[in-house]
Amino acid sequence: MSDSLLSVKDLTIDYIGAEKNFRAVDQVSFDVAPGEVFGLAGESGCGKSTVAFAVSRLHIPPALIRKGSEIRLAGRDVLALDNKALRDFRWREVAMVFQSAMNSLNPVLRIEDQFHDVLATHNRCSRKEARERTAEMLKLVDIKPERMRDYPHQFSGGMRQRIVIAICMALNPKLVIMDEPTTALDVVVQREILQRIDELRRQMGFSVLFITHDLGLMVQFCDRIGVMLSGKLVEQGRSDEIFRRPQHDYTRKLWASFPSLKGGLLG
Amino acid sequence: MSELLLRFDNVSKSFGSGTYAVHAARSVSFSLDSGRALAIVGESGSGKTTCARMAMLEYLPSAGKVLFKGEPTEGRRGRDLAAYRRAVQMIFQDPFASLNPVHTIAYHLKRTLSLHRPDVTAKDLDAEVEKQLATVKLDPALVAPKYPHELSGGQRQRVNIARALSAQPQVLVADEPTSMLDVSVRLGVLNLLNEMKTTRNLGMLYITHDIATARYVAEDIAVMYSGQIVEWGDCGSVIDNPQHPYTRLLLSAVPDPERRFSDASSRLDPKEADAVRRAAAMDGRKVLTVGERHFALASVG
Repeated sequence: MSDSLLSVKDLTIDYIGAEKNFRAVDQVSFDVAPGEVFGLAGESGCGKSTVAFAVSRLHIPPALIRKGSEIRLAGRDVLALDNKALRDFRWREVAMVFQSAMNSLNPVLRIEDQFHDVLATHNRCSRKEARERTAEMLKLVDIKPERMRDYPHQFSGGMRQRIVIAICMALNPKLVIMDEPTTALDVVVQREILQRIDELRRQMGFSVLFITHDLGLMVQFCDRIGVMLSGKLVEQGRSDEIFRRPQHDYTRKLWASFPSLKGGLLG
Repeated sequence: MSELLLRFDNVSKSFGSGTYAVHAARSVSFSLDSGRALAIVGESGSGKTTCARMAMLEYLPSAGKVLFKGEPTEGRRGRDLAAYRRAVQMIFQDPFASLNPVHTIAYHLKRTLSLHRPDVTAKDLDAEVEKQLATVKLDPALVAPKYPHELSGGQRQRVNIARALSAQPQVLVADEPTSMLDVSVRLGVLNLLNEMKTTRNLGMLYITHDIATARYVAEDIAVMYSGQIVEWGDCGSVIDNPQHPYTRLLLSAVPDPERRFSDASSRLDPKEADAVRRAAAMDGRKVLTVGERHFALASVG
């Protein structure tokens, strides 16, 4: 597929051990189109976060990407980037939001300074430009721009998470990776945030690689879903198909482990 | 057969005083019968864990009464308190923090048995430990000599359940027992709790933020917001026919694969959601009777 934004091919990652290596990701291939939300589902330890780290080149030893693996973003070979190219690549092309992202804000810096850090490093923005961009981004995630003078502890958990998402999008990345971005939040707040991201990606056209263990939420939010089981991508397809006509046994089992609001189980 | 075990009668709990006071529970009333589970559902900070702690007598209510089988619980000391602790047991949220890392699983269970089960003699201890582990479907020979770090989260939570059950309690207070477990083992723990509730005729107070799970384990449900129970009653009736605006908001936000974000009809309006939450935080003045076992606070305005 030449029209895809992100293309992962035969990605294989080992965690190197003293006696034995552990294959965390095994021959995983998938594509994400521009503006698409692609979900990776699976239990803890199935390798979904390892894939996310590899795509942003944030993996560190003992994780090792095996030869023959390929990750391309907008035609560029991600695995071949050197340190200087990586600096341009991260944030500007790919941004990441983690589960405890709200705790990744620096508690002793005002929100505007944290935006300035990112904007000055990657775009050489002046204070004034950074402030303008901050106001614009905060408005996008429904936070009053006046509050950029506040410190992280003055915001609720959901607001902090929205601020992190706003920082992520400040440089107009092509791909935003979200690893369980709302797991620590209440359902109503989770819904508000994801719905906002859904609107923003339609306006701004970025793609999302979305990782969660909550299959129901994933089907609501994603266009397509891949299901991972011990390092292998066992099934991928449109979300309604993954929900209504799961092909793989494991996908069916996953569905059957979620209680349904209507009583009984989802699967 | 069904017996009234635990009753909260207009219980309030505040922390701090004056302008800094936090009213964690406001006039909370509910009752828990044997062989039934009551789920308290709410978001973080809604007061559900405060209620669990008051049921455990860890906090004393600022106002109102907690009654056990019709008897007041306040002022219990010594033997009275020990008897209560035996009858009301708790399962904690974090299976990693609730077992002592320097002791074996067998030790944890023996300690509960020697504290709460005078009928088990010293020479029967080992046999009783085996029996308790077998009830939660763990292999005693394999698990008993192990330390907590050698077990998975799901296994640890089963040990916690075995520990609580070995005191032969009448009430089980479970505070988010599955939220830290992996999806594939959650259901096993829920099924185990369900089975124990039925076979041992336990009254279960099930604290959770996940309303779908609540329906799976509980007969009754109480939806909390900002320290108040805004709606309570039969689980099916509350979920299928919600009356309070906050219950409706909560239900509309629950992840549901049937309602995609891309469908305009399933969108949630953040401004409306804010208004609902603001109104729900005010003092409920009137209780509406929706059905025989279904009540809701009248919404303000």
